[in-house]
Amino acid sequence: MASVPHDHGHDHSHDDHHPTGLMRYFTTTNHKDIGSMYMWFSFVMFISGGIMALLIRSELFQPGLQILEPERFNQLTTLHGIVMIFGAIMPAFVGFANWMLPLQLGAPDMAFARMNNWSFWLLPPAAILLIGSFFVPGGAAAGGWTLYPPLSIQAGMGMDMMIFAIHIMGASSIMGSINIITTILNMRAPGMTMMKMPMFAWTWLITAFLLIATMPVLAGAVTMLLTDRHFGTTFFNAAGGGDPVMFQHIFWFFGHPEVYIIALPAFGVVSQIIPTFSRKPLFGYVSMVYATASIAILSFIVWAHHMYTTGLPVAGQLYFMYATMLIAVPTAAKIFNWLATMWRGSITLETPMLFCLGFLFLFTMGGFTGLVLSLTPVDIQLHDTYYVVAHFHYVMVAGALFSAFAAVYYWGPKWTGWMYEEKHGKIHFWWSLIAFNITFFPQHFLGLAGMPRRIPDYNMQFTEWNQVSSIGAFAFGIAQLYFIWIVIRMIRGKSGIRAAAKPWDGAEGLEWTVPSPAPYHTFETPPIVK
Amino acid sequence: MIFNENQTILKKLTVFTAVMFAFGFALVPIYQKICEVTGVNDFMRPEAVKNTQVDKSRTIKVEFDANTRNLPWNFRPEVTSINVHPGELTTVVYEVSNTTARDMIGQAIPSYGPSQAAEHFKKLECFCFAKQTFLANEKRLMPVVFVVDSNLPKDINTITLSYSFFEMPGGVPAVNTAPAGKLDSPKTSAATLDKSES
Repeated sequence: MASVPHDHGHDHSHDDHHPTGLMRYFTTTNHKDIGSMYMWFSFVMFISGGIMALLIRSELFQPGLQILEPERFNQLTTLHGIVMIFGAIMPAFVGFANWMLPLQLGAPDMAFARMNNWSFWLLPPAAILLIGSFFVPGGAAAGGWTLYPPLSIQAGMGMDMMIFAIHIMGASSIMGSINIITTILNMRAPGMTMMKMPMFAWTWLITAFLLIATMPVLAGAVTMLLTDRHFGTTFFNAAGGGDPVMFQHIFWFFGHPEVYIIALPAFGVVSQIIPTFSRKPLFGYVSMVYATASIAILSFIVWAHHMYTTGLPVAGQLYFMYATMLIAVPTAAKIFNWLATMWRGSITLETPMLFCLGFLFLFTMGGFTGLVLSLTPVDIQLHDTYYVVAHFHYVMVAGALFSAFAAVYYWGPKWTGWMYEEKHGKIHFWWSLIAFNITFFPQHFLGLAGMPRRIPDYNMQFTEWNQVSSIGAFAFGIAQLYFIWIVIRMIRGKSGIRAAAKPWDGAEGLEWTVPSPAPYHTFETPPIVK
Repeated sequence: MIFNENQTILKKLTVFTAVMFAFGFALVPIYQKICEVTGVNDFMRPEAVKNTQVDKSRTIKVEFDANTRNLPWNFRPEVTSINVHPGELTTVVYEVSNTTARDMIGQAIPSYGPSQAAEHFKKLECFCFAKQTFLANEKRLMPVVFVVDSNLPKDINTITLSYSFFEMPGGVPAVNTAPAGKLDSPKTSAATLDKSES
């Protein structure tokens, strides 16, 4: 019945009591509007960070310095990292959470709708601070996204802008997380017990706890940087008895859980999509929940594997090595559960499923290089080389970004009311997959051969693989313009195929019981979950 | 009632967030305590040398380096390098002079290359154990007494000891942020061995 296309805008008593035009978006408290804004913001930041990446790759096309001053190059690597993590990936998944969690849980909206509006509208000022810092005297922060002192203490005012941007984005994330936790704990439809929740809700619940546990610590660390810079404290300054290495310890208390803040919602998306296109329930639901929780807990006790070269005592190196390797266990449990879900399933390869398979393949490779890097003696060789760059792009791009694409293709019909064009989606997938590997696979070779990261020049012997990598990067960048073209065509209904309420025959969950596009207000009377 | 429960969760999570913010700052004293208890990174107090057996079969080259940061002082070692045997008690002298016409307080911070050498380089006496007050145009010779521990890994044949002198705000209690027992340890004989030549 719900698959019959109908104009639902008028059969719903509460619709459209909102201001129009720009004011609608400034004042909205509707989770769907806010979710959409998060996604658009994320895409704009993704393109900004992508332009920075392409400038970096252009400079690295040849040895020697061609188009960028070394200072500018360092600013670009620093801002590329911060913009992609805090501006692109995290807001994209917060956007999915805003759109989908109330629909999946049968709630009318997020728990704190007004605060939700604040969480979003804090982000554009932070983005302006970040991008604007390129144009102030001294340029943007250039000491790497990890902001290590002493460089971050000596840098110009671009660093202050970065610190304030991190404060603002941190506040936004914390408010968003409180909202998500409250919604999940308190707003579920009657009958939906915790262990009946969709995996996406579970992974977001755990991620939100990680966020409120670590974001305040990052805020504290950058506040200490700020007072060291301007108010005469010496937290990280040896002259006053401080220690620059202590910053690394505090930073990575945030920084390592952050890795899972990015990865866990991606796991959630994949856990929704693979069962849908395998037409089987998720294999090992309970073990998935526990694996996610174990990954989150373990993420707090492995931070110093980012610091093997700081002169840790051998006992410390051994502990952090073994603890890090332990994370492979729950992660592998998840990978095997996904494989078991597909086993003997009735699999079809629509675009969301293709992206999930790409995710599975490439994320596992990134996980394996992570295991290689967890070994202290190996890491000391590979520290700050392109091998590390290849490793984290495999988990961040092929992991988080691919699953974000999968989510857009999977839930896009629910948001827009139109199907995307399958042919274009598939081309986008294969194009991204191939270009991604052309870009990042050679970086393993470069790293093993000893090419250091964050340096605008390199030895002649690295030229060929850098050229391959740069060509791949441009191809990957163009594929993402193709992606937004596909999305805009989906919004405009160019495929000519209206989305049914449940466009995927294998899909499960409350979000598919409302019409497509989802009306402005849903679940004003909670559904009953059996 | 859902609204009230939401408010309760909001309050709890807000408190949790505030606690985690405080925890970030609490990590500073926590790490200092850990380093103090485990002896990691603690090169700012006199160390005891238990085994005084001199290992004549090994010779280690020790290089001396002196830097100042934003401090108009002359600071240099009398010899730039010296050959020692592990276990041998050695004294070297640094020459420090305040080239300005005002009284200043400085603090020297040691560092080592390679970093693994640090825990095997035992200083019995060092001007870096205390803040050093220099009168206008004062010049002093200041000793470092050290022993290279015979457990030094076999692959280390050269150790570089590098000092950086920083200015401490005179009389201003910025040094109070220094961890107890590190910079504020009792003045050693270094300060009393003045051989004022100015």
